[in-house]
Amino acid sequence: MSLRAADILPGPVPAAAPLVRISNLSVVLDRTPVLQDVSLTIARGEIVTIVGRNGSGKSTLLRSLIGAVRIAAGDIQRDPGLRIGYVPQTLTLDPTLPMTARRFLDLPRRAARGKAEEALDRTGTAHLARRQLADLSGGQRQRVLLARALLGRPDLLLLDEPTQGLDAEGTASFYRLIETTRRDLGCAVVMVSHDLDVVMAASDRVVVMGGRVLCDGTPAEVGADPAYRALFGAAAPGMAVLHRSGDDLHPAAGQPLGLRLAE
Amino acid sequence: MLDDFFLRALLAALGVALAAAPMGCFVVWRRMAYFGDATAHAGILGIALALATDMPPMPAVLIAALAMASAATALTGRARAMDTALGVLAHSALAAGLVAVALLGHVRLDLMSYLFGDILAVSKGDLVTIWVGAALVLALLVWRWNPLLAATLSPDLARAAGRNPRHDAFGLTLALAIVVAVALKVVGVLLITALLILPAAAARPLVRTPEAMALVATVLAVAAAIGGLELAFAFDTPAGPSIVCTAAGLFVVTTALAGLIRALGRRTGTGAVPRTDG
Repeated sequence: MSLRAADILPGPVPAAAPLVRISNLSVVLDRTPVLQDVSLTIARGEIVTIVGRNGSGKSTLLRSLIGAVRIAAGDIQRDPGLRIGYVPQTLTLDPTLPMTARRFLDLPRRAARGKAEEALDRTGTAHLARRQLADLSGGQRQRVLLARALLGRPDLLLLDEPTQGLDAEGTASFYRLIETTRRDLGCAVVMVSHDLDVVMAASDRVVVMGGRVLCDGTPAEVGADPAYRALFGAAAPGMAVLHRSGDDLHPAAGQPLGLRLAE
Repeated sequence: MLDDFFLRALLAALGVALAAAPMGCFVVWRRMAYFGDATAHAGILGIALALATDMPPMPAVLIAALAMASAATALTGRARAMDTALGVLAHSALAAGLVAVALLGHVRLDLMSYLFGDILAVSKGDLVTIWVGAALVLALLVWRWNPLLAATLSPDLARAAGRNPRHDAFGLTLALAIVVAVALKVVGVLLITALLILPAAAARPLVRTPEAMALVATVLAVAAAIGGLELAFAFDTPAGPSIVCTAAGLFVVTTALAGLIRALGRRTGTGAVPRTDG
């Protein structure tokens, strides 16, 4: 696949055929409906963030994209030859399992040496290659997880709450890395997040979940949507309080960067 | 040369050590120690099955262990109260097996040999079964090593790469059942779990990668097998427990050694050995 100019420009990229088209998807887990009638398309090169309260089906939606959950109704059409890079929400890092950052990149398939080095370089983790995964800080570990997901040159990068447990600075810096990665590789990014203020500034599209899609659109559209306001309250960040410049995320004055979704 | 019972015992212990050590790494990583207990205890049910049907003991033990491992997987796959479910299974299987063996035994059976092993009674036929079983387990682990590791760290990580972690989990279950079947004669059902987790736990403080852990665990298991048998002969102690005691001694030594090196490293400012605790 050759890179087109549109692929490396930031911003939503209109494409003839979407990478993924989810049509009327319903998922039932343990007899509880988790997703109902969800329809969503992911275009090449766009950053889509899924927000919503706990239990709103955000992770399930993401996991359905990798084929990890059984579909009760509807279907998911993937672009033929679609390559997915996945950053899981949690890693069972049992202290009895020794694992260096470099060795981790070989899972589940061995990575060529040059490719592994490139991925570590890209995520700024080359100096951590020989360190134990369990000894890394939360931010460092997320970057290594991202490096592994980039190995297969994905068209679609899926991240499940990648900034969980990171402080405001770590969160902002991770989102900058995501945007740089998207610009360099031209991949689409779909992530689940609780960091509303950064999401509203760093996404091309925001999808608000509540068992179904409550609203879906650009951050400006979603910020003005009554469903979004109802869910996250009047204090929730919309586009009005944020502006975007280059790769940097600047919350407007007086808006705390660490603002998080009310549980 | 295989007429020498000591040599046969040694070969049997080595075969079991080669399969149990790398398998044990996965048991430790996936926190399956109790699961291993349940599977091993089902071995006694297998002996009962062999007595009832005139089957040879090892296939019967394999069937019982597989059935138990599958039941335990089904029962614990969803619920989080795994500890209790596994406890119920492990101890019920042991008790039911002992009762069944007593009811079915036409001749008076030496229960001790099933509980703690009877390595000195290993026949040439047993040796063949042990080594074939060990080779199967090793082949499976080597073949599926990377996917198994990925599924251990995160099942979703394996799924995203187009693999089904359930198939890998079943492979591990099968391998565990084979280890139980081949180890029963050597250490008995009560100490099989010890043979699985002790070499892996002893190797952990010395290594930095999963492969190194499997290799060091294997070396330590082989050392424990040889040392344990020598001890058993020198002091006329039961062979299986002597092997396990040696493995436990190795665990103490490696753990103390790693602690010492870490303490020295801290004083000189070079952390040469990775920390072992969470």
